[in-house]
Amino acid sequence: MAVTEIKFGGFGGQGIILAGIIVGKAAALFDNKEATLTQAFGPEARGSACSAQVVVSDDRILYPYVTHPSIMVLMSQDAFTRYAGEVAQGGTLIIEEDLVQPAQIPNGATVFKVPATRLAEELGRRMVLNIVMVGFFASVTKLLTPEAVRKAVADSVPRGTIDLNLKAFDKGFEWGRSHPS
Amino acid sequence: MAADPSGVLTGQHYLDGNHAACEGALAAGCRFASGYPITPSTEVVERIAARLPRMGGMFIQMEDEIAASITLQGAVWAGKKALTVTSGPGFSLMMEHIGLAAMTECPCVYIDVQRGGPSTGLPTLPGQADMMQARWGSHGDYEIIALCPESPQECFSLTVEAFNLAEQWRVPVMLMMDECVGHMTERVVIPPADQIHVVDRRWTKKPPGEFKAFEPGPDMVPDMAKAGDGHHLFVTGLTHDERGYPVMNQKAQEKLVRRIVDKIRLNADKISRVEEDQIDGAEVVVISYGITSRVAMRAVQMARAKGIKVGTMRLIVAWPFPENRVRELASKVKAFVVPELNYGQMSLEVERVAAGKAPTVLVPHGGGEVHDPEVILEAIVQAARGAR
Repeated sequence: MAVTEIKFGGFGGQGIILAGIIVGKAAALFDNKEATLTQAFGPEARGSACSAQVVVSDDRILYPYVTHPSIMVLMSQDAFTRYAGEVAQGGTLIIEEDLVQPAQIPNGATVFKVPATRLAEELGRRMVLNIVMVGFFASVTKLLTPEAVRKAVADSVPRGTIDLNLKAFDKGFEWGRSHPS
Repeated sequence: MAADPSGVLTGQHYLDGNHAACEGALAAGCRFASGYPITPSTEVVERIAARLPRMGGMFIQMEDEIAASITLQGAVWAGKKALTVTSGPGFSLMMEHIGLAAMTECPCVYIDVQRGGPSTGLPTLPGQADMMQARWGSHGDYEIIALCPESPQECFSLTVEAFNLAEQWRVPVMLMMDECVGHMTERVVIPPADQIHVVDRRWTKKPPGEFKAFEPGPDMVPDMAKAGDGHHLFVTGLTHDERGYPVMNQKAQEKLVRRIVDKIRLNADKISRVEEDQIDGAEVVVISYGITSRVAMRAVQMARAKGIKVGTMRLIVAWPFPENRVRELASKVKAFVVPELNYGQMSLEVERVAAGKAPTVLVPHGGGEVHDPEVILEAIVQAARGAR
């Protein structure tokens, strides 16, 4: 029974929750796994640090919350400061390298860095940085099949923006292949 | 009968419990909703307000929960299936009109996405402390039906069932969600419309003049007519006769209130629904509902790994309480363990029904998060130790 706990953190407006939904949807609808997403609700989730948490499992998920995330995707310095210490021993930290300067790496985690905002800007739309991040996530974690995540991207973004978002996914995925940790 | 396809979003979705409950309502044929949005139930009204007008239905945002809780009953008497949705503070305000729905046998659905209370409490965090209020919150003697979903998938299917039970038994049905299932997102499979069983209203077959609005059938439940169909229709919260006219004396009270109580109590075994696991030979049985049943199952798995014989009973229908089944188990098991996100509500019912034959161990939690499975495990271990 393989259970993977994932936490996404950033600031409100970066599309953190959507990134979590895409990963959960990819697992649950397109990759034959179970996936439960929970998110922080309330005023603290608007504008400042916010998070989405996904449990992915081959079997039925009972306890819905993330307690020891083995994978963390952090897209702001504030989120890094707040959440990075929760990463499981020897886990994986994925960071937006222009927005997060880690003073030290907690719990012997392996770090993967991507300039997601810059790559999104190269595509002409900064707001697709979360999809770049999802592509990078798919590439370096290999938790889910790239096809499943691509389908989940296409299924989760506004209709007129599917091509742009798939390009963003591919760009992040490619960056992961050419820039290992 | 099958569901009306116009309201059925057939397919696989990745939805939170609140959105799934909305889809369950639409699949069940709900075409009217009134509400006064409140965290953590807001996503239900957001979605239903967007979806209903596209299928000829209507959502009205009312000035408060008191108004919302009576508006849906107006829609029901006009012939629609209807719901309202709220959380603790709004549920308190709705209590008087829930009593009216019980007294007038108005089939309708109240969704309560429970948060930490009392009062405004913890708006964004889970609780299960409205369970007794669902049962007893309005004045006078009456019965209701209450269901407890444990996942977004069940938020869909039990909302369909809530409407079906409301129509079949002509009672207000409470869907007792919690913030955790309301806001968690999982796969939700919505079947094709022809595979969703929907109970239609019990429309009378009698012609105008012969129809009496509160004349019970063999199952103690009267058939219905809607306003404007030519039937004589008089609906009041006062004690009334079979025509619906006020009759304020002991005899009419006995006849009417006895029936609205007995139609549920005497049929409790038909309405009751539990999910049991490894009950045979169990020393300890964990009874739980809603999100807590999932957390408890993790504790149960840990207890079984230690060699403890532990079974589970999940209350899918919490009210009417499965009295006969729990009474039967009480003479076979050594103890019941009841974790819930409150300081003791359904555990009181377990204790009452067990009647001293087996002890009831409450695992209380004030809400704001779910139990730590280790705490439930410890209670199971202790209960099993006491049992040996």
